[in-house]
Amino acid sequence: MKVELRDIHKYFGSIRANDGVTLSIEPGTLHGLLGENGAGKSTLMKVLSGFLSPDRGEILLDGKPVRFHSPAQSVVLGVGMLHQDPLDFPSLRVIDNFLLGSPEGGLLDRHRNRSRLTELASQFDFKLDPDAFVSDLSIGERQQLEMIRLLGLGVSVLILDEPTTAISAQQREKLFEALHQLIGQGKTVIFVSHKLEEVKGLCSNVTVMAHGKVTGKTIMPCPTEALVQMMFGRPLTAGRQCAVAFGKPLLELENITVSDWRLGVKSLSLEVRSGEVIGFAGLEGSGQPLVLKVCAGLLRPSAGRIRIAAQDMTGKPYRHFLETGVAYMPTGRLEEGLIAGMTLTEHAALVDHHPSLFVDWTLAMRTAAHRIETYNIKGEPDTLVEELSGGNQQRALLALLPSQRKLLLMEHPTRGLDVESAEYIWRLLLNRVQQGTAILFISSDLDELLDRSDRILVFFGGKVRILETCETNMLQLGESIGGRGFE
Amino acid sequence: MNNWAIQARPLPRIIAILSALVFSAFILLILGTSPLDAVALILSGAFGSSTKLAYVMTAWVPVLFCSAGLLVTFAAGLWNIGIEGQIIMGALFATGLMQTLQDSLQPGAVLILAAFAGLMGGACWGMLAGALRLYGNVNEIFGGLGLNFIAGSLTVYLVLGPWKRPGIGSTSGTQPFPSSLWLPAFKGFQVSPIEVLLGLMAMVFVGWALRGTHFGLQLKAIGKNLRAAFLKGIPVYQRMFLAFGLCGALAGLAGWVLVVGTSARHNLFPLISSGYGFLAILVVLLANLSALWSVPISFFFAAISMGSLQLALQRQLDSSLGGVIQGMLVLSILVTKGLQSRLLSGHGK
Repeated sequence: MKVELRDIHKYFGSIRANDGVTLSIEPGTLHGLLGENGAGKSTLMKVLSGFLSPDRGEILLDGKPVRFHSPAQSVVLGVGMLHQDPLDFPSLRVIDNFLLGSPEGGLLDRHRNRSRLTELASQFDFKLDPDAFVSDLSIGERQQLEMIRLLGLGVSVLILDEPTTAISAQQREKLFEALHQLIGQGKTVIFVSHKLEEVKGLCSNVTVMAHGKVTGKTIMPCPTEALVQMMFGRPLTAGRQCAVAFGKPLLELENITVSDWRLGVKSLSLEVRSGEVIGFAGLEGSGQPLVLKVCAGLLRPSAGRIRIAAQDMTGKPYRHFLETGVAYMPTGRLEEGLIAGMTLTEHAALVDHHPSLFVDWTLAMRTAAHRIETYNIKGEPDTLVEELSGGNQQRALLALLPSQRKLLLMEHPTRGLDVESAEYIWRLLLNRVQQGTAILFISSDLDELLDRSDRILVFFGGKVRILETCETNMLQLGESIGGRGFE
Repeated sequence: MNNWAIQARPLPRIIAILSALVFSAFILLILGTSPLDAVALILSGAFGSSTKLAYVMTAWVPVLFCSAGLLVTFAAGLWNIGIEGQIIMGALFATGLMQTLQDSLQPGAVLILAAFAGLMGGACWGMLAGALRLYGNVNEIFGGLGLNFIAGSLTVYLVLGPWKRPGIGSTSGTQPFPSSLWLPAFKGFQVSPIEVLLGLMAMVFVGWALRGTHFGLQLKAIGKNLRAAFLKGIPVYQRMFLAFGLCGALAGLAGWVLVVGTSARHNLFPLISSGYGFLAILVVLLANLSALWSVPISFFFAAISMGSLQLALQRQLDSSLGGVIQGMLVLSILVTKGLQSRLLSGHGK
């Protein structure tokens, strides 16, 4: 089935997730969709699979315009999507998951479908026990189940969104074999990934996206440098000068092992000194937030020790970390950072950690007004935070960071800010650094990483490489983020 | 959890109240009663005489206490359905203390100590619901329901067992206390100014605490975004636990009033909470979490509850029609709010 997307626009508030994307995929090809995180790949694929409806634009299947009102409808028309996090029901059995969403009438025919399931599975050499509970399956197996379910429903276009993030090497190999087999059957596969090496090895055509737009199309093979340039969309510049000496050790990680249900970081050791800035690079889901949360005391490592300002903090609660002088700035502005329904003044009063019983509203108002001015926030003290624009919410988040902290941990500190504001924010941050604060930040902006950090930790599938910024250029960093040097 | 608490504009609110009235009128018509007649009956039933007004105020006070308590838990985003059980435990503790001490202390001292006992009883039961939620991972709605049942059964057991009236054991309750252990009232108006004053003070106290203290501000933050509040270093568990305790304490005071109030039955009996806690949930929802609005709305609800008793006496209609009207009001307000937020947030995706 030939898939065409024409001029797709999808906005979330002021964020242009897809900004006029046009894409055409020939039947029977394995098409790669490459781009850094936030490039708009997943949004585009959710539009194609009926999870999101586009604000503007057209979807054509085999030349016929279609309009999906639900994912179920897109499956009926032949487009199925495997999501990054499996959308299955862990508390149900494999067979019941397989049957869910099947268009059959009222009665379930488990017997017949059990053999259908095993037959489909054996076709791809997947081993799935129909009676096992999905919660007992590995992520890879759950992916196999979802794939078989979609194929059982008769899809001819299969979208895979970052399918290799959480699966083992053998499962990955098996998956790739299965994908080649599907192509052989004339099906169309869209492989969404940020991993350069995988896309290079697997796909016959590649479309690259950045900032909600298509930035390049190519037939493979194609040199890595060209792909990196399309992905990051900027000329490759040299890194900064080698840094000078720093203060005493502030944060020490010793053989830290930490994992969530998707991936783990094993045995990471790191020493951060007072006045040092460390950037965490890597694509989303590579393990950066895990390590940052360990440093904040929000995640307990399964092994290893953590010391802050010469105090052993292993296993201590989050509040203890705060008291030691750690501040953590989360990525989700209205999810974790700010509290919708409360004004800037209320936020100022909330983070003002005086042990008094009563709120000093006059003081809070004055503090809020002061921070609004310092951080150039477009809003008033009594503005509700959700009424601020995205960039101003980001500024508010930064403005609310308590002063006099030893260690700042930040996820995407300047996301959504224009270059000038980002520059200004970094100047404020570097002021703190000069006074001895150390900063660890996650970013997906290569310029920011190279310009601001003294060292960069590159994360790839839970593995970590430490790069000296002064010895790294944009190309090396980009390639490293795409997985080079980790094999 | 708090999506329903969006700011309601006056117009939708008026539409909601009108539609609730239209539906109620419709039901009355089906039952063969003229709506105007019913309204007149309810009004005369509530305000027709000073005795009737006293009954309205007797019902109003426990609702006031409970509404004040629920403002605290709702602020923290918690649905304290267990409030009925907390009232019962307040009444139970107060009764127990009075039974123990009535012969050895001054009546005034007994009454005051009973108030503290009621407060403690309610607070304990509230914190139990809190502990179940925070440490046992039991949603406070289910925990509260379970605790309501336990409190109710405990009352039945005590009334029929250890605390039964001398000679007879019946579900009509324990031996009533002598009038020296009733809250004092003026002659001819059977409501104690003390209970009304305490109820209003509870509301003022809560309104002020939520607005003016760090505790109130932190509860608001927790209710609106638990995760963000935690990340800002607020001890969320401790604060939520306190909220449960405070609400329970106020509900416990309601239980105390239900035992010692001038027009109360002056004993412990099964179902002593009489649904006042649930009524208070409706009050607070209708008041959109405003302490100021909770005062007139709770009075209005008490009047409907008491006034609709006349429907039963004079028109052989069920007195629960009052409850139907109250429920209808709240539902239509919530539906208009829901529709409003749905329309405002746009198209689902």
